[in-house]
Amino acid sequence: MGDLRELYQEVILDHNRRPHNFRELPDANRKAEGYNPLCGDHLTVFLRLEGEVVRDITFVGSGCAISKASASLMTDSVKGKTLGETSALFDAFHRMVTSSGAEQPPAALGKLAVLAGVREFPARVKCASLAWHTLKAALTAQAAPEAVTTE
Amino acid sequence: MSGVPVAHPEPATAFDVTAIRRDFPALQQLVYGKPLAYLDNAATTQKPEAVIQAIADFYRHDNANVHRGVHLLSERATSAYEAAREDVRRFINAGEAREIVFVRGTTEAINLVAQTFGRQRLRPGDEIVVSAFEHHSNIVPWQIVCNEKGARLRVVPMTSAGDIQIEEYERVFSDRTRLVSIVHVSNALGTVNPVRRMIEIAHRHGVPVLVDGAQAVAHLPVDVRQLDADFYAFSGHKLFGPTGIGVLYGKAELLESMPPYQAGGDMIRSVTFERTQYNTLPYKFEAGTPDIAGAIGLGAAIHYVERIGLDRIAAWEHELLRHGTGRLATVPGLRLFGPPADRKAAIFSFTLSHAHPHDIGTILDQEGIAIRTGHHCCQPLMHRLGVDATARASLAFYNTFDEIDRLVAALDRVQEVFG
Repeated sequence: MGDLRELYQEVILDHNRRPHNFRELPDANRKAEGYNPLCGDHLTVFLRLEGEVVRDITFVGSGCAISKASASLMTDSVKGKTLGETSALFDAFHRMVTSSGAEQPPAALGKLAVLAGVREFPARVKCASLAWHTLKAALTAQAAPEAVTTE
Repeated sequence: MSGVPVAHPEPATAFDVTAIRRDFPALQQLVYGKPLAYLDNAATTQKPEAVIQAIADFYRHDNANVHRGVHLLSERATSAYEAAREDVRRFINAGEAREIVFVRGTTEAINLVAQTFGRQRLRPGDEIVVSAFEHHSNIVPWQIVCNEKGARLRVVPMTSAGDIQIEEYERVFSDRTRLVSIVHVSNALGTVNPVRRMIEIAHRHGVPVLVDGAQAVAHLPVDVRQLDADFYAFSGHKLFGPTGIGVLYGKAELLESMPPYQAGGDMIRSVTFERTQYNTLPYKFEAGTPDIAGAIGLGAAIHYVERIGLDRIAAWEHELLRHGTGRLATVPGLRLFGPPADRKAAIFSFTLSHAHPHDIGTILDQEGIAIRTGHHCCQPLMHRLGVDATARASLAFYNTFDEIDRLVAALDRVQEVFG
């Protein structure tokens, strides 16, 4: 049985109320939109990629507390990381929220571990992973600065 | 049970909800240690023992294919299947059983009309009329056939209170209007559209009307002849019957004039490699082995509902609706969508200022309360309301005042987590 307090930890509620990096990024050179057609959650992730390093990352959009907090925590943890490190975080995060076991999340996930409770709520896993899938889409997208405008 | 005891007014007619609930095995369970309060009836309804038993009995005793065998089981299966068709006819007061076509559900019924009537009749520049309330299943089938034929979809808007703009509806007709396809009861808001009046207006322009009755048949008496509906569609599973079975009612002369939908067995009278002669109504539209057990289960559900009586069901649900409307008004930050209770079926569609509908849904689930959250397959309607999603509690006659009080108490719990 899922425990509500495991899901809605104070850190998550804080990030939901005051999300970090919640703005558009005027000098972004990568951007992707993520959308969950089942629930209507949508967000846009902006990236400033310099060589192999994510120099800056922001997001805008609307969704539930889990998707918003997850996006907020993601931007904090990815900023300044290399593409390789980002990819490793993606994999570790994905494993954490989809694994059925109760093993401890790896230390490398840092604050992202507060989202481990999501795995007890299968209907909410997509909320937590929406931002990460959108980040992946932004990283694999071709550099297209002209597409990154304030709409 | 949580919540403060409240003195509930007795409804006008004695309605023994406790006895009724005993007929529904799924309602007897605990979820997360709490009694299940099933408030997601617009998505699907629970099934009474009588329906479950009818399906099991069919498979245990009468299982055979219909309209084929000379043996006894096939005869029993055929007569049970056709008896279910007669149950449906009586239930919606259609003139003849051959006007009742069994389909998978409302969605398939609408697709059937779009792909037969629509493809046959639409010419470039023609128009199909729908409303702002429509479920995606009453938008997309028309878009597909309109795209193919160069026809247009016209949308009748709704008021900010959640009613149809009837004056706009009157103005939408032109000599290019070929069909109106309109929802009877909105699944997202509960709005009951004035379909009888809307049909009368359409008929003055010589335009036939399809009514999407998916959310209507379990909540109010439907008489297709009194409405003068040309087509009426509904699903068995929203009427306490099984999934996979639904109904398309069509006036015989319209159904006769339409080409078949799918081709296969049972829809033909004779086949040579040169030419096929189609079967009579309704079999022309029932290609392949139908959902025999599903139809029989639907027949049992109709018997069950008729025994209680839709007038009494509507009266009980209206009491619940009024009670809930009053209680929800006390919840801080709650915004209730849709028209007032007297123009609405028993649906509460709402948002909270401090919590997203998804989070509301998860917290309510932990309290044993099942609701739906999201856009309810009505994205254009959500867009009109200016929201991405709502939380929706939708009732059936087996719901109680206590369950509504628990819903309100659980919304306080949401406030505790997010406040």
